[in-house]
Amino acid sequence: MSATFVPRAPGAADGIRASAPPDLAIAEPLPDIIPPRKARGRARRLVARHPGAVIGGVLLAVVLAMALLAPWIGTVDPTALSPTQRTRAPSALHWFGTDLLGRDIYSRVVYGARVSLVIGFSVAALASAAGLAIGLVSGMMRRADGIIMRIVDGVMSIPPILLAVALMALTRGSIGNVIVAITVAEIPRVTRLVRGVVLSLREQPYVDAAIVSGTRPSTVIWRHILPNSLAPMTVQATYICASAMIAEAILSFIGAGVPPSTPSWGNIMAEGRALWQVKFTIILFPAIFLSLTVLAVNLVGDGIRDALDARMAKDV
Amino acid sequence: MLGIIVRRLVATIPVMAVVALCVFSLLYFAPGDPVTIIAGDQASPADVARIRATLGLDRPFLVRLGDWTWRILQGDLGTSIFTNIPVTELIAQRVQPTLSLMLVTLAFAIAIAVPLGVAAAATAGSVVDRSVMALAVLGFSVPVFVVGYVLAHVFAVELGWLPVQGYTPIERGLGPWFANLILPASTLGFVYVALIARVTRAAMLDVLAQDYVRTARAKGLAPRAVLFLHALKNAAVPIVTVIGMGIALLIGGAVVTETVFAIPGLGRLTVDAILRRDYPVIQGVVLLFSAVYVLMNLAIDLLYTLLDPRIRY
Amino acid sequence: MLLLSVENLQIHFRTPDGVNRAVDGLSFTVAAGETLAVVGESGCGKSITAMAVLGLLHRPPAATAGAIRFEGRDLLRLSEPEMREIRGNKVGMIFQEPMTSLNPVLTIGRQIGETLRLHQGLSRDGAKERAVELLRLVGIAEPGRRVREYPHQLSGGMRQRAMIAMALACSPKLLIADEPTTALDVTIQAQILDLMRDLKQRTGAAVLLITHDLGIVAEVADRVIVLYGGRKVEEAAVADLFRTPRHPYTRGLLGAMPRLGAAERADEPGRLAEIPGMVPSLKQRLEGCIFAGRCREATDLCRRFAPALEPKAPRHLAACHYAPKDALAA
Repeated sequence: MSATFVPRAPGAADGIRASAPPDLAIAEPLPDIIPPRKARGRARRLVARHPGAVIGGVLLAVVLAMALLAPWIGTVDPTALSPTQRTRAPSALHWFGTDLLGRDIYSRVVYGARVSLVIGFSVAALASAAGLAIGLVSGMMRRADGIIMRIVDGVMSIPPILLAVALMALTRGSIGNVIVAITVAEIPRVTRLVRGVVLSLREQPYVDAAIVSGTRPSTVIWRHILPNSLAPMTVQATYICASAMIAEAILSFIGAGVPPSTPSWGNIMAEGRALWQVKFTIILFPAIFLSLTVLAVNLVGDGIRDALDARMAKDV
Repeated sequence: MLGIIVRRLVATIPVMAVVALCVFSLLYFAPGDPVTIIAGDQASPADVARIRATLGLDRPFLVRLGDWTWRILQGDLGTSIFTNIPVTELIAQRVQPTLSLMLVTLAFAIAIAVPLGVAAAATAGSVVDRSVMALAVLGFSVPVFVVGYVLAHVFAVELGWLPVQGYTPIERGLGPWFANLILPASTLGFVYVALIARVTRAAMLDVLAQDYVRTARAKGLAPRAVLFLHALKNAAVPIVTVIGMGIALLIGGAVVTETVFAIPGLGRLTVDAILRRDYPVIQGVVLLFSAVYVLMNLAIDLLYTLLDPRIRY
Repeated sequence: MLLLSVENLQIHFRTPDGVNRAVDGLSFTVAAGETLAVVGESGCGKSITAMAVLGLLHRPPAATAGAIRFEGRDLLRLSEPEMREIRGNKVGMIFQEPMTSLNPVLTIGRQIGETLRLHQGLSRDGAKERAVELLRLVGIAEPGRRVREYPHQLSGGMRQRAMIAMALACSPKLLIADEPTTALDVTIQAQILDLMRDLKQRTGAAVLLITHDLGIVAEVADRVIVLYGGRKVEEAAVADLFRTPRHPYTRGLLGAMPRLGAAERADEPGRLAEIPGMVPSLKQRLEGCIFAGRCREATDLCRRFAPALEPKAPRHLAACHYAPKDALAA
């Protein structure tokens, strides 16, 4: 009962057996039960594995091109008023129709890409830089840490949009002020992130050894901390870029953003607010462009995160 | 337990102090002269002087800070420059719609997002999972007012199923109150659902890989019992945490949602105050919302001890 | 009477870089009341086989072929609800890590009781009462208090006792124990083994004991199968295997085992120092004997032709061309 019997398919290994000694007991090879995967090209594999990142990258490239080429692909001056052409429906002349003041919405939407991208990228860069600096100080200097973290906790308790709103209520509407207002609200999050990386690195024996053996702080930062902060910060920066573009639209939409004459997507929608029940297209077109742009940035961010995760998984 | 609550409440004092200090000192650190901006371009020198005095900007920073703090501790948030009505009174008039909107959204979002996240994690890699994740990315990408206008356009204007705008106080019946909140709550809840579903999925994926889930399956428990009894309770801490942190999103979103749906709540009050540069009102609302946020997260901290027997304060 | 019969079992996994043939053509049987030890290094497919018997593999990514007959029914062909009737009821399982295998947020009583409520339809109170009895049976002091506690409040040995109580709650016909003592202190290990032997005698359950520790095998098993690279390379009664191991891999395992006080010496880093090299990747099809790459006695013949598993002595199977063969074997 203990010896189990393995059924044998006759002739399955005849080819191998032919060259073997006649009395040798040879195991039959078993068939594979999973069919092999079809081979695919490099590009198609990339699309199949990371469809989101590819779509996001392409979308973002299109929006970037639109912003750069705005003067050539916009049909008319986005600020030109034409009182006789007010609130027109989309037509061959005005592809997306016109707003309350007779401005061409298509042109305004095209130029709006510039505002959104400038604000998104500026806030991402500024908030990252400021957050990095404050986070480094907080992580490296025990004495400053307590005070900085108290402040960070406090600022993080103010909902970011409200903080930006409060700031905007005290300054004149301009792209620069909007960037500053949104940046201030985003800095605490980056600070937390960088501080976390620094603190976890300080636990590492090699970093600790470098600090104890008197390596200058600047060298420690440059050699150990910056390279390790870079990956999570890049991902965080793309998400900040996306949320900054939404924040700008919200600020402009409620009247606390860039000046109304500036063609920003939030402003176009703010102008459409009064008429949205009858002229939905005024809001619809900038809404689609804003959503797609933010989606593109988010997808690219997810793609970077996945790529970095995979690399870290491989390093381990 | 009471001792813990008191200790935790005391611990929030420094945070609230920083919030108050921030909101207060913005007036002093804002570039240019905020008073002329608040007063507007057509203001006479007398108007500017009056506003400066109302805001107390004619007195030294520390004197004013002490005075302001003392009054806040007594429950006085100042007076609106525009209407001359005390800010607390303005807030009291507007609390109900905002509170209704946020509570309905909270209930809605949690009831939808947690099962979505659990389903996605349970079927990781499947069509269900991919759809939930796609929905989550969409939730983060489509701004709240876009969601609002599209929903309102489809369900109120085109289909006529729900009221387009406005708010019905709860005293006038639960039905109308709720009907008026469905669209705004769906709007406000969209990004919140995305956030909670994503974190729920991640937390559940983590938990489902644990040995005790295998043990639960080895006992012969049905998938539903394994997921909702054994796994979800272990994933609860990160989920509840993100629900708390997401309240900041809800507050910001409420300002916009109330504008889209013409709901006379605190968000609307804020927007009106911005247009009129009524800084004391903005200050009051920001302080109030921040306090709510801090207290909610305090409550969630305390909830941890109930969810996980290993956590003790 | 045969309780469990695994026939030509294949378990393959789809991975990003190829198909992993984790178990390939494994056959063995367990009679009612018998203890069969499954021995091998980590990655040899022993735990995956246990998961397959319980129907706990996720398919996909896993794919299975062959048959796992339990009381005459092929478990691989059962539906998920039918399988749930068997899990925890007719087949109980003890896992390696009592710390991580118990749910940290549910009380011990709850975790034992839910098996009873599920399979035996006990009431909440009935299940709790029975849980207390079971804890007493596995030698936990103050069982009435312990049922209300959480896993983190118990010591490692107590947690494994609770795990055993849980596995035995419904008096299963077959108990699968996957490295039941590996994570425990040496003195606790001996206690848990004693307990398992004692309970086995009382309940008459068959045991499928999965381990890398031959010391434990000598103490508790009736028969042994040795796995290597997802295949069975040797099978014999415990005494035969220890007296005359036929496969070079088994000899390596035995040679690597400390002789004196074998049961007390458990997991040591240098345990397999006598077998050089690593388990080959199962993602490529191998020609010849899978052990050839690490075998000192391997010849060209071994590298070209995979040896079949054949009787080398009565009730003693081995898969090696050069394994000594008794005249009586047939």
